This record gives sequence, C-alpha cells and structure tokens, in this order.
Amino acid sequence: MDVEILARIQFAFTIAFHYIYPPLSIGLGLIMVFMEGMYLKTGNKQYEILTRFWLKIFAITFGIGVATGIIMEFEFGTNWSVYSRYVGDIFGSALAAEGLFAFGLESAFLGILLFGWNRVSPKVHFISTIGVFLGSMFSAVWIVVANSWQQTPAGYHIVGEGFNARAEVTDFWAMVFNPSSVDRIIHVWQGAFLAGAFLVLSVHAYYLLKGRYIEISKKAFKIALALATIVSLTQLLSGHRSAEVVAEHQPAKLAAMEGHYEESGSADLYLFGWVNDKTQEVTGLKIPGGLSFMIDQDFEAPVTGLNAFQKEDRPGQVNAVFQFYHIMISIGMLLIALTLYASYLWWKGGLFEKKWLLKIFAFSVLLPQIANQVGWFTAEMGRQPWIVYGHLRTDEGFSQEVSSNQILFSLILFLVVYTILFLLFIYSVNKKIKHGPYDEAKNPDEFLKYV
Amino acid sequence: METFLGIDYPTLWFLVVGLLFSGYAILEGFDYGAGAWHLFFRKDLSRRIAINAIGPLWDANQVWLIIGAGALFAGFPVMYATMLSSMYVPFMLFLMFLVLRSSAIKFRSAEEMKWWRKTWDIVYFISNVSISFLLGVVLANILQGIEIGENHSYKGGLFFSFLSPYAVMVGLTTLALFMTQGAIFLLLKTEGRLHARLTFLLKKGMIFFIVSFSVMTLYTLIFVQGVTEKFKEHPEYFALPILAFLAIANVPRLVSKKKYGNALIFSSLTMAFLLMLVAFQLYPVLLPSTINPDYSVTIYNAASSQKSLGIMLTIVVIGSPLLAGYFLFLYKTFHGKVKLDDTSY
Repeated sequence: MDVEILARIQFAFTIAFHYIYPPLSIGLGLIMVFMEGMYLKTGNKQYEILTRFWLKIFAITFGIGVATGIIMEFEFGTNWSVYSRYVGDIFGSALAAEGLFAFGLESAFLGILLFGWNRVSPKVHFISTIGVFLGSMFSAVWIVVANSWQQTPAGYHIVGEGFNARAEVTDFWAMVFNPSSVDRIIHVWQGAFLAGAFLVLSVHAYYLLKGRYIEISKKAFKIALALATIVSLTQLLSGHRSAEVVAEHQPAKLAAMEGHYEESGSADLYLFGWVNDKTQEVTGLKIPGGLSFMIDQDFEAPVTGLNAFQKEDRPGQVNAVFQFYHIMISIGMLLIALTLYASYLWWKGGLFEKKWLLKIFAFSVLLPQIANQVGWFTAEMGRQPWIVYGHLRTDEGFSQEVSSNQILFSLILFLVVYTILFLLFIYSVNKKIKHGPYDEAKNPDEFLKYV
Repeated sequence: METFLGIDYPTLWFLVVGLLFSGYAILEGFDYGAGAWHLFFRKDLSRRIAINAIGPLWDANQVWLIIGAGALFAGFPVMYATMLSSMYVPFMLFLMFLVLRSSAIKFRSAEEMKWWRKTWDIVYFISNVSISFLLGVVLANILQGIEIGENHSYKGGLFFSFLSPYAVMVGLTTLALFMTQGAIFLLLKTEGRLHARLTFLLKKGMIFFIVSFSVMTLYTLIFVQGVTEKFKEHPEYFALPILAFLAIANVPRLVSKKKYGNALIFSSLTMAFLLMLVAFQLYPVLLPSTINPDYSVTIYNAASSQKSLGIMLTIVVIGSPLLAGYFLFLYKTFHGKVKLDDTSY
C-alpha cells in the first residue's frame, strides 16, 4: 500500500482510539466537580461516595487519554513532516499554549486529586478537582483551535515557495479565533459532556435495575440527566452554527454532507439516504430544499454543490461523509428525545419506575461515543483533499522519507498494543462497576468509617 | 533580527527548549530510573512502594516531555519534523514503551494474582530501561549527526544505523545516570529494609555510571569529530565536564551522610551540566548532516517566524510561573516517605 494511505490509516486509527478517552475525562470531570461541590455544600456523605467512585473510573480514562495523546503529539512529526514544517509556525504556538496552560494544570492537580485525599483538606481537594477539569477543558480549546485553523485558516500569510513554503502567523488572535474555532470548541465540549453524562447515566441505570446502591444512584442519575438534557438540546445550536460556518467557508464539505452535487441550486436535507457517487444521485428520505432553508431560511436559495469544484478539489468519499454526518445527527436527535422524555418523567414523578427506559439508558453509553467519532470523521473526511484547507493537500503533507514498511511496522504495533489497552480498559472499568462504590454488606454509613 | 537582552529570538528559544528537556531529564530521570531498578526489588510490597513513590508525581513530570516536544514543534518546526521522520523507528519504539509503562503503572495493582503482577513488573522494567536507553541513542545521533540530504530529507538506514557503538554507549550512560537518580529519589521516599537495599543498589548504580561515562568520554574524545575543535575555540567550556564530574563525585559523600535531598540536587546538577555541554557542542546547529554541513538543521533555518517566536516567548513568560506554582504545590503535598493507603497503586 502507498505511504500516504498508510499514514492516514495510522493517524485515523490512533486519533480515533485516543478520542474515546478525553471526552469521557472532560464529561466525568464536570460531573465530579458537581458531586464534590454538593458534598462540600451539604456535607452529605453520599456525594463523597459518588465522587470517590467516579474518580476511580476517571483515573483510568484520564491515564489512557494521556498515554495515547503523547503519541498524537509525536505523530505529526513522524508521519506528517511536510505538514509540520508548513504549519509549525501556527500550530506550534497553540500546542505550546496547550502544554503550558492546560497539561501543566491538569497533570499537577491530578496527583492531588487521585492520591491527596488524606494529605490535603477537602477544600483543597475540591480545588484540585476543578483544576483538573479546567485543565482538560483548556486542552480541548487549543487542540480544536489548531484543527479549526486547518479547516478555516485565518491570521496568517504564506511565505516561501515550493518545498520551503509555509504559513506564518500575522495576527495571533485572528488565528486563535478563526471563523470556525469558537463554535467547534463549544460543540466538542458539549460532545464531551454528553460522553461523560451518559456513562454516569448508564452505570447508575444498571445499578437501579439490579436494585443496588438505590439511594446514591438516584442522586447521580438526576445530576447526569439534568446535564445530558441541557447539553443535548444546546448541542443543536452549536451544531447548527458549525454547519453555517462550514457552508460559508467549506462549501465542498457541506455539499458532501448532504450529497448535493448540482453546481448551484436548491439543496435537500436528508433524514437518511445512500449516495451514489457515479450517478450523483441520493436515494433516501428527504425534505426538499431543507438544506437551503437551514442555511438561508429559504427553500429555494441556491447552495454550492460538489460539481462547482474540480474533481481533485472536493472530498473523494462523499457517501462516507454523508453517512457519518447523518449518523451523528440521528444520534443527536435520539439523545434529545431520550433525555426530554426522562426529564418529563422526573418532573411528573416516576422516573425510576420504567424499567425499559432504564434498560435503554444502561446501553446508551455508546451513543455519544459513536456520535463523537463520526462527527470527527465527517469534519476530517469532509476537509479532504486538503490537509490545510485551500493551501496544502493531504497527499503533499506526509513524510516522504518514511517507507510503507516502517508505517506497517508501527501500525501493527499500535494495533496490538491498543487492542490490549482497550481490553484492559473494559475489563477494569467493568470490574470497578461490578464491585460498586462501596461494600453493600455494610450500610453506607458503616462503610464511611473505613474510608 | 529582533533581540531581547541582546540575544536573538531563535537563541532564546533554543534555551527554552534546552531548559524544558533538562527539566524532563531530571524529573522523568528519577521516574524512569526508579523503574529501571524494579526487578531488583524482590518483594511485591517493595515494588508497590517503589511505584507509589513516583505515583502522584510521574504524570506531572511527564508533562515536561509534552511541553518540550510542543516547544520544539512550535519554535523549530523543521527540526521537529526532520528529527521525528528520520528517526521513525526509534521514536515509535520510544512511544510504545511510554504507553506500556503507563499501562503497567495503572493496571499492575488491579489484580492480586502472581502471574498478573509479575507480567506487569517485567513490562514496567523493560519499558523503563528501553526508554532511558533510547533517549540516549537519540541524543547520540543528534550529537553525531545523521544523513540528511537536500530539503531536510533523510537518506540513511531505518534502525540499526542509529545504533553505532557511540550511540550504544551514550544510551547505556543515560540509563546509568537515570538509575543513579532513581535510586537516590527512592532513598528519599523509603524506609526500613527497602531503604537498606537501595543504599546497596545505589553503589552499583554509581559504579555503572562512572564506568560507562568514562568509556563514553574517552571514545568521544578519540573518535567523534569536532568535539576537540570546539573546545580549542572555547577552552572555558571545559568547566562544564569538570563541573559535571565534581557534582556526581559529591553524591556518594552526601548519601553516606544521609542527605538524600542534597544528593538528588547534585545528581540533577550533573544532568544539567551534561546537557549544557550538549547544547554547547551543538549550538547553533540542532541536527548536523553527515552528508554536507550545508544541509544541517540549525536554529536559524529551522526557526519559526520572529512574530511567532515573540508570541511564544510571551506565552512562556506567563506560563512558567504558573507551572512552577503547580509543581511546588504538588511536591510539597507529597513530601516525605511513601505511605500506602486505599488510593495507592
């Protein structure tokens, strides 16, 4: 296989695997801040039990997130050296800021968060929890800024020619607040909150179904449900804003997302469908003119289609982009329906009596995870054939000096090590869940004497 | 070219990167070093104490690698890209061992079974030894130079070309230095029989270091080109290897007086002096080309724009006091001997 494809497969695999964990850490972080805050405010030990329990799971997700994240940092250089030279001037400062402001904060306080219970006061511990949570939020900011710059470059100029060409910063803040970064950061944060919230919902739904830890599970479930309801609704707004930015700055991506080929005409919005790239037709259920309406509030408004671009200047995998995008949207809608209905039951009373609903929640943990993954696949595959939109092509960006055998070697290593890591993750999280927040043989108050 | 205090921006950034990697070497030096002794401890409890000695600290220490690599990418993107794509296999192995090492720390204590712990102990030990060795190998290749052709494209071999006798020697010396650092750190954090065992192990470590360091120095002086010339130009820099030697010679004295904190400072100083020596050897080159000196990566042809370097220096000025604050707080919190509790690994 050729080097470019292998480099792309390796990057996609390592980043997709990495992205299972940081969203969980961010989402769990927020929930732990809330739980520990409630403990400090009310003095109710049940919140302390919850904080300590989720901290154990957080420790695992955070650990794997860091370990697999370091690999991402180096992979830009190992496999995308031309790209790294091209964007270093811009990407670099975001990465440096991320390291100093975000990773420094989260990693230093992580030690206190995990091992400091007996060494610092509850207040200082709470501050550490907030520190780790904020650190993880900041790290999302800088990496999404860097990625957004690749999608919608701003605040730069191109210097040099041919091999020596590169982008240089002219306006730092214009680079940071490039057209897509704010909406995408919010969208990513919300995706992360949902990932964390649904893990909590899932685990406590499971306990409620099994009749274990009823009291604390109800508390945790309500906290997570409130967060999940608000976020899944507001996710619509940031998603919509993101789509508008895509429409304005990356029309080819938007066209691929809805399989819209016609050069300039009213565009439909599909609920689901299948794109045939050869015949340029989409089979599926649609709202005629829906995309036009979404962008311009007019069913007839023309939207730039794929045929407005040369074949080599538009995404190659139109159906894949279309499917990933629609899976994300469908899951988003499903999460809204699910959380709204559950919140309605909560308000009416009787939330915990519907077994079938709890069962759905127990499995729901996968939904935001899938949505996060396919959302990124939409964004990155829709950006193709560009690695820096409009400036550098993906097939120009990879390391020319690395051979396909070298990448095969590292790819196989990653596959083996990450498979083991994933199995260990599932195994140890499952074990912690089965074991539970405390030994039920003794009552919670009894348990607390031992912690 | 813009300057600050009479020093140009690329040189300032060279110092920033050097400082970050020195911090990484000193802090992760004792983490990796402690791990490289792992199989020398016989009891499971000793091994647990050794892991928990670095338990709350290693994640934070590792941040120095992340920031250092980020700083290299930011300030010298050409160096970052050329070094990593050229030394592809060594860096991939290094990264893989980093992942395995973190996994071992996280998962070792998850089960009580003997085979489980033994497996992770071996993984942990091999990862720490390999990481230390590979770091030395990379350093040696940076000092010696690699086959870089036109347009920073690498023309050399895949893996074994990086393992010259000199690289192996620097790798072993790095391992020995880290093991010395690790043993001193563990002396600071342990008590009782493990402490006694470590006193014995540290002596072996020191001998390992002195032997490998002397052999490497002799080899460098005789076989590595350019080293002696640079000293002829600037004889005052001879102070650096002498200071490094004096600093390490002071360690056994302090250990016998049971002043482990000071001993750790002096072994850290050794590392700092040696890295200054590296910086002196290289400057203003970052990665010499063995094909043609014109193809070498230097701080000037690798640097980001003046504007970008200015922004990043501002970020460093704002960020470093914060970072220093976090670290002071963290190290103050976990000061003292290891006490195992229910949150320990």
